Amino acid sequence: MQRFAYERPTELRDAIALLAEHGEMARALSGGTDLIIRLRDRTISAGVVVDVKRVPELATGIRREGDRLVIGANTVMTDIAEDETIRSRFTALAEGALVVGSVQIRNRASLAGNICNASPAADTSPALLAFSAVVVVAGPDGTRRIPIDDWFVRSGVTTIRPGELVTAVELPMADVPVGSTHVRRTRRRGHDLASVTLAVAVPRDGPVTLSYGSVGPRPWVVTDSSGTLADANAPAEVRVATLERLFSSAAPSPTSMRASPEYRLAMLRVLGLRALETAHRRLAEAAA
Amino acid sequence: MSQPSLPIRVEVNGRGRSVEIAPHHTLLDVLRADLGLTGTKECCLVGECGACTVLVDDRSVDACLVLAAEMDGARITTVEGLAAGGELSPLQRAFLDTSAAQCGFCIPGQLVSAQALLDRVPHPSRAEVEDGLAGNYCRCGGYEQIFEAVLAAAADGRPVPQAALPRADIGDRSSTPDADVAPQ
Repeated sequence: MQRFAYERPTELRDAIALLAEHGEMARALSGGTDLIIRLRDRTISAGVVVDVKRVPELATGIRREGDRLVIGANTVMTDIAEDETIRSRFTALAEGALVVGSVQIRNRASLAGNICNASPAADTSPALLAFSAVVVVAGPDGTRRIPIDDWFVRSGVTTIRPGELVTAVELPMADVPVGSTHVRRTRRRGHDLASVTLAVAVPRDGPVTLSYGSVGPRPWVVTDSSGTLADANAPAEVRVATLERLFSSAAPSPTSMRASPEYRLAMLRVLGLRALETAHRRLAEAAA
Repeated sequence: MSQPSLPIRVEVNGRGRSVEIAPHHTLLDVLRADLGLTGTKECCLVGECGACTVLVDDRSVDACLVLAAEMDGARITTVEGLAAGGELSPLQRAFLDTSAAQCGFCIPGQLVSAQALLDRVPHPSRAEVEDGLAGNYCRCGGYEQIFEAVLAAAADGRPVPQAALPRADIGDRSSTPDADVAPQ
């Protein structure tokens, strides 16, 4: 392991000051399940690791604030997957969190870390996109709220600025029932990175939102306002035609070792159909 | 920029310890090299194999992915902490009874993960055991005996019917393997 200094600020302003002072040589540490690996294999270097787990503004916790659900930056996957509000109102996010790594990884990996790492295959991203999450960041110039669709740029790159820290992720609470699900394909059961990820949210009234990842440099979100996907009884061939149009941004890498582009695109359609069925069933159950 | 050492206080297997650690050392390094607790194994160092699994404040983690510095104030249980007063725990006894250990290298991690599962879900289904141990690889391929041991320990040593309980709707991973999607 490369050598670095370790800082553990207990004030947000101190954490931001450390990041500002050390610039690119500072790395924020939350769960560490990506960071420690990359510090060890030296794909990134750090002069100072800033452990943000004792900064109160980033504290673990899921709370309701008005019409939003606020997830503290350090909240780990286990807690997201077990939270009753997330399981019932944002089911796709609970399912995404539940398939991140293994139990050991989920006990440590934070939601903020997952989105900052910005892997195109990240399992929480499709749900966050489908639910129009907002990333709250704090920095030297104050607080910014970034819609999650404006957050992801490409693998490992987001629109966060130097010196900024994610403090929370917010989910707008819908005032109608929403059926949702997250599905994915992996090479093996259990612990694996996804070859395709997909989340869909079907609200009782309004357009269906669908998000998909691991088929390009970033996960994408699309909305179907035609009513086709919102129709619980639409035949599969009609749904497929709509899905094909919505998947137009999918451009899987031909050099990935996890799956060929042809396979990923074929599975995207399969997952889309499956996810729609599940989401419609859950919506019917929620509305019953 | 370099810090020579940091003092941390941790509770390891019920005993308070004060240790001077290097900032870049992991919990795994400190357990094995500084505290002499070599039951926790070093293997993949990328959080995939689970050989270094320990409990931190009752939750299982890969000790290779945690800095020792982060552990200041934490309560840690290693495989050495599972046996109480020189007596094997029921889980450890079940591993022996079912011959779950082949080469044995992965067993400390398997035991700690299984203990974490049983602490949370005292009577897991077969599927819950599989999910609970998905982060622990056995390179001998002895998964059947390991699952059997965990189910036996959960049943207090009584034989366990192998039929799994229905999986919960949320988080159903039965759709994951490729074989489920299309005929091969």
